[in-house]
Amino acid sequence: MQHVRKWSAIARRHVIKALVLPVFLAGCATSGPEGSAVDDPYENVNRKVHEFNKDFDTVLFRPFSQAYGVLPRYLRTRVNNFRANLELPGDIVNDALQAKPEDFGHNLFRFLVNTTVGVFGIFDAAGSWGMERRSTDFGETLYVWGVEEGAYVEVPFFGPYTQRSLTGEVVDLFLNPLTFVGLTPPENYVPPTTYVLEKSDYRYEFSSTVDEVLYDSADSYLQTRQIYLDTRRFELGDTPDDGGVIDPYEELFSE
Amino acid sequence: MNDIALTRRHLLTALAATAVLPSAAFAATSPAAAEAMVNKMVAEVQKAINSGQSEARMIKDFEALFKRYADVPTIARFSLGVAARSASSSELKAYTSAFTGYFSRKYGRRFNEFKGGTVQVVRARADKKVTVVDAVAKVPGHSDVKVEFHVSDGSGSDKVFNVIIEGINMLTTERTEVGALLDKSGGSISKLTQTLKNT
Repeated sequence: MQHVRKWSAIARRHVIKALVLPVFLAGCATSGPEGSAVDDPYENVNRKVHEFNKDFDTVLFRPFSQAYGVLPRYLRTRVNNFRANLELPGDIVNDALQAKPEDFGHNLFRFLVNTTVGVFGIFDAAGSWGMERRSTDFGETLYVWGVEEGAYVEVPFFGPYTQRSLTGEVVDLFLNPLTFVGLTPPENYVPPTTYVLEKSDYRYEFSSTVDEVLYDSADSYLQTRQIYLDTRRFELGDTPDDGGVIDPYEELFSE
Repeated sequence: MNDIALTRRHLLTALAATAVLPSAAFAATSPAAAEAMVNKMVAEVQKAINSGQSEARMIKDFEALFKRYADVPTIARFSLGVAARSASSSELKAYTSAFTGYFSRKYGRRFNEFKGGTVQVVRARADKKVTVVDAVAKVPGHSDVKVEFHVSDGSGSDKVFNVIIEGINMLTTERTEVGALLDKSGGSISKLTQTLKNT
């Protein structure tokens, strides 16, 4: 059973690849090793951007997140839920593009329930019924389609990406049907504002961890890169052939 | 800010650290033995976290657990990378001792963040030469975190030698950090050892 599922996934991936990939390859980075390897040809520029982002964090983002964190977690969670619900239509489109019917149904159900019972997504009603959040993005769709990870890049204000995940983030703006719902001021400020608040909540909740990485590590650029790539590959299930298992005994004593 | 991802996982590294620990009671690392050892370690770590003691005390406790359950010399040596091969045995010994203190302070300081948290072992499995114990960390107010403890008897008894938290690999993270510190020390292991003592 396990094997059948695995092979059908592989077969599906290859069919999709053959059909759709050539169109996208032109626009996406195609080089780059996976696994524990790091492809960072733009390190010089990335390091400058990293310093800029650190300054931005020190001067604005961190203080803002600390102020935002004064609000009760209950309220901040309502904002996060609302934001996640706005993103769900995009998740649903990506589930379809990834040919994952189960996730597609799951997220469609979540959107319907949370938009109604959950009052425009403010409450995660589906989640409390055991239908947990399963977010995805177009970067993952590209991964499923077989597009390579590309180089590591740090983007001003937005932080670390791979070329593939950055491409995905941009495309996601256009994939979400809600993007095309015409909003006039002040409603059109809702999506960017909730975006910033959601990020601020994370910055606040994991403050000491982020502080440690950015301000206490010997080389915060390298730590950020390492942690971002490990995390992103883990989310995608993009593990190397050895399953990511390091055998230090082999490395230490048999070289 | 894309810091979120970064944030969450690194947090876990701290948790992972928490997790770095096995017992010497088993000779070969069968999945069952590894699971029992991780369970025991997790129980002790949770007890330390929830004891409500001072930070200094917490770090001391963590250091004791780290030495008991984790293969400290191997973790220290791996973190040093290729430089370990050219080090003399006395240099390596001093470095390992400094690394132990540095590691305990770094992760022991973070214990407070996991107050009220629990770690549940899901299963243990054999993966070539090492045994992997899969677990889930539950911290109030946060979504579940997947943690893997990698166990081996390569040191002579069953010890944890690596922890993976939501994909973040403790060994490679520490190798990156120690490597950067070594660069700052001009490649001198004795200077690096001094730096670790003061970090």
